[in-house]
Amino acid sequence: MPVPTLEDFMARAYGMELEAHERYSQFAEQLDTHNNREVAQMFGKLAKIEALHAKRILEEMGWPSMPALPPAYAWDTPEGPETAPQDAVHYLMQPYHALEIALRCEQQAQKFFEDIAAADVPPAVRAAALEMAGEEREHVQLVREWMKRVPPPPEGWDEDPDPPRMGE
Amino acid sequence: MNALAEATLCAPKDFKSAIKPVWCPGCGDYSVLSAITKALAALNLRPENVAVVSGIGCSSRIPAYTACYGFHGVHGRALPVATGLKVARPDLTVLVASGDGDGYSIGGNHFLHACRRNVDLTYIVMDNHVYGMTKGQPSPTTEPGWSSKLAPGGTGLREFHPLVIALASGANFIARAYSGDPNGCAALLTEAVRHPGFSFVEVLSPCVTFRPEQREWKTLAHPAPVAPTDDPGRAARRLMTDDGFNIGVLYKGSRPPYTPTRGSAQTMEALECRFRL
Repeated sequence: MPVPTLEDFMARAYGMELEAHERYSQFAEQLDTHNNREVAQMFGKLAKIEALHAKRILEEMGWPSMPALPPAYAWDTPEGPETAPQDAVHYLMQPYHALEIALRCEQQAQKFFEDIAAADVPPAVRAAALEMAGEEREHVQLVREWMKRVPPPPEGWDEDPDPPRMGE
Repeated sequence: MNALAEATLCAPKDFKSAIKPVWCPGCGDYSVLSAITKALAALNLRPENVAVVSGIGCSSRIPAYTACYGFHGVHGRALPVATGLKVARPDLTVLVASGDGDGYSIGGNHFLHACRRNVDLTYIVMDNHVYGMTKGQPSPTTEPGWSSKLAPGGTGLREFHPLVIALASGANFIARAYSGDPNGCAALLTEAVRHPGFSFVEVLSPCVTFRPEQREWKTLAHPAPVAPTDDPGRAARRLMTDDGFNIGVLYKGSRPPYTPTRGSAQTMEALECRFRL
């Protein structure tokens, strides 16, 4: 993925945070619809955190709104490195599972920035990528700490003798 | 493009309705909905110029979640409804949404003839190899050995091969998408709508509730290794040896779409005269 300028790099970073925010918001809505309020709230919190990260990028760059992404904007993966896959959730999932998802996403984001920093990029981009990788490393640690305060799911958490049946 | 037209371009969110989907969390159909809205925005369409027609099943709930005109029809009968609509209103872009049960079993016969008629429609089948809405019965595309509470030991029946059937029946565009790549899915749907005639897009859309093992599809789906062909013979060989996870456009034909011969316009009074006893 070519990252020729700092603006280009920050636009991608912004896109990554925004995509992550949107996916967590979708998960919050999906779990809320299925009355799994506790996990819905957890995803709501995660969505807010990602939105704050995106906002901070705008403030740092002095951009009044979402930057124009470069024409070849695309990830090497089907979705952004910090975006949880759509199929990662389950209607009976527990808060611990949501944190497991967040942990994977933060680790992927850290690796994404580390890979850019290790690539042949301008010094300003490398410095910014290293800084962001450091921030993501902190997030990984924060999520790990958070997981210690949440009980892990019991055996058979997804067993349901009467699974969902949707009306027409 | 003039300034007024440019000013009225729609974003993907403009194609979403205010109704919240009730699909299970993690369902692939969320991504298909997202891909449809992205494709319609990329095509510079407006919601009032698009109709989404469906049958029955989880996937068939999609018209209600769009802001387009919609018709949530009878089980397996989305294609005849959509055909009639497109013939009567060729100015509309008509999408048809279905699932593997609705589309290949209950509506299997309509599938054959829609391919044969080649009316300018885009048929999107969200295939999860199971009847999800009714708690997980095997569908026509379920693997013969898939064992479940409702089919212990599996059905032992060979699965239906929809892409091969579509080609043999005359579909003009055949593609396979994967819901785990919503942007790729949107690009394929855009191409399908643009292609004249009957375009068939099978979307692998996991059912995480009744087929949780389908989460592994993300490791199996891969881009088709060859470019699309317009040669039905070559396409047939490819589709017959297909592993079920080739993603991309697999056949692009050049058969002209069906266009009805239009009679002269008649008044209501003139029509009523014919039925007078």
